[in-house]
Amino acid sequence: MRLTLPRFLQLAVTLLTAAFLIVPAIQSIVAGLTVNYFRGLSSGLTLRWVGEVWRLYADSILLSMGLAVACLGVTLVIGVPAAYALAKNPGRLSRILEEFISLPLAVPGLALALALLQLYGSMTGFRTSWTFILVGHVLYTLPFMVRSVLAVLMAMDLKSLEESAATLGASAATRFRTIVVPNAMPGILAGALTVVTLSIGEFNLTWMLHTPYLKTLPVGLADSYASMRLEIASAYTLVFFVMIVPLLMAMQWATDRAQRISR
Amino acid sequence: MTLTIRNASKTYPDGTRALLPTDLTVGQGEILSLLGPSGCGKTTLLRIIAGLETPDAGTEVRFDDEDVTRLAVERRNVGMVFQSYALFPNMSVRANIGYGLKVRKVPRAEREQRVDEVLALCRLGDYAERAVTALSGGQRQRVALARAMAPRPRILLLDEPLSALDAALRDSLRDELAAMLRQFRITAVFVTHDQAEALAIADRIAVMSQGRMQQVGPPEELYRTPVSSFVARFIGNAMPLPGSIVDGRLVLPGGHLPLPAGTSGTEVFVRAEDVHLDDAGPLAGTVETVAFSGGHYRIGIAGITGETLFATHPGRQAPRPGDSVRLRIDAGDLLVLPQDRS
Repeated sequence: MRLTLPRFLQLAVTLLTAAFLIVPAIQSIVAGLTVNYFRGLSSGLTLRWVGEVWRLYADSILLSMGLAVACLGVTLVIGVPAAYALAKNPGRLSRILEEFISLPLAVPGLALALALLQLYGSMTGFRTSWTFILVGHVLYTLPFMVRSVLAVLMAMDLKSLEESAATLGASAATRFRTIVVPNAMPGILAGALTVVTLSIGEFNLTWMLHTPYLKTLPVGLADSYASMRLEIASAYTLVFFVMIVPLLMAMQWATDRAQRISR
Repeated sequence: MTLTIRNASKTYPDGTRALLPTDLTVGQGEILSLLGPSGCGKTTLLRIIAGLETPDAGTEVRFDDEDVTRLAVERRNVGMVFQSYALFPNMSVRANIGYGLKVRKVPRAEREQRVDEVLALCRLGDYAERAVTALSGGQRQRVALARAMAPRPRILLLDEPLSALDAALRDSLRDELAAMLRQFRITAVFVTHDQAEALAIADRIAVMSQGRMQQVGPPEELYRTPVSSFVARFIGNAMPLPGSIVDGRLVLPGGHLPLPAGTSGTEVFVRAEDVHLDDAGPLAGTVETVAFSGGHYRIGIAGITGETLFATHPGRQAPRPGDSVRLRIDAGDLLVLPQDRS
């Protein structure tokens, strides 16, 4: 393959774009591991800043993980049966409902948070508890769960499968447990990973809803950039990466798999 | 088990009458086929028997002496084979077959034993641990049958069990299915639109059209003495001989035919195998097409009726297109039927 001018330009643009994206990330990671960022790498490498991050922000990290798990639990309990109901009753009303559930995707997180504050802001106990942020996260992530499960359910012959299970003596609850859920599993898995990833990374809405005692991982990150030395903020980025990148990769894999099935 | 259906009907919310009031009895161990074109109500009737469709008020479905009309599908103890087979893709062959026993909480040891029995009966032993997605069409059909039979249902219902297979496989599996159903000695109802399937498998056939039961009887009876032109056309592809009846003779463009004595019908039909080439025959026509199909020729002849009349010709030699031929149809082979009410 000869390196003609157009091909060379193509390659150059691609490499430049990649560098544009990757260099700051590397720089930030390196900064988080350097003894003194302003003296550069020659000052030596250290895990001290990572330790500092843990000391200062362990609560945020644990809160984010707890929130993600709770958010996953709620979206599973609401989202899977909702997707099942939508798949079983296809029709105009179902389409409208589906769009309605997806509305939080189109509305900016800030607006969503404002609405929640206006509605529940005066309920102090609720306002200052972590469940307040959970409500925001559920609103924001639910459409991803419903759509992911719905796509897989629509791709299979749900009606015949359920009818044949019924003739074999299975009640509605048994059919849901033994036929619907296991066959929807690729969609549930893809939805679950998406929900966890989004919940851990969500900043917009969470920033509006948080209190000084309730900072999630990304809110803590903003806080560390605003008020800590650069090394600590960079080490924080590193921690964030370590948590979110494997999740992102798993999500990509699960979503691909679910899409293969629904095609 | 004896299945008794009285006054079964189904009207959809939009007013479509899928099934007009119908009575039907299927005896112990009998295999009955519901035969008809698509949309004739045969699948609706099958689903009413299964409990998958709620019939109109006034319908009565009895399994022996028990009225099951209002019994939920999961408590009726029916075995059903679906058109698409609807095997559970998340389970192995063994788990599919054992599903009905498992949800009925049959103890594990007994369950395994029953599954092994059915696996052997349906010659699926070698495939027990496979995923159902790794099976051929014929194997899937056997798994669907085995799964329906494992819980020992009171009645077996089959919805177009062969239509998902390709044509070559369908013919060979038809006889296999017939043999297996006989072996089970179970009361069975099976729906099909293919007359060859119904003739090969069923003890009795119920021909349906436009939501109505046209005729119920053994295959030979339906073939030889159809009560309506629909049945005559649908079973054995009888061809109409449109002509006027004058003095006990049928007057056709190609000649006159004597009718059997004492008939009161107004429409006359004949089957291709009863149309004979005979130089002394009373009908004259021109050969239009000749198709060789192994044991016989199928010859299309113009000029007898308004349309092409087909004759099955068993000879070693056939006339050529364009030849003039004479035909004979024996009076006893004519089907003289009343006009269809439609």
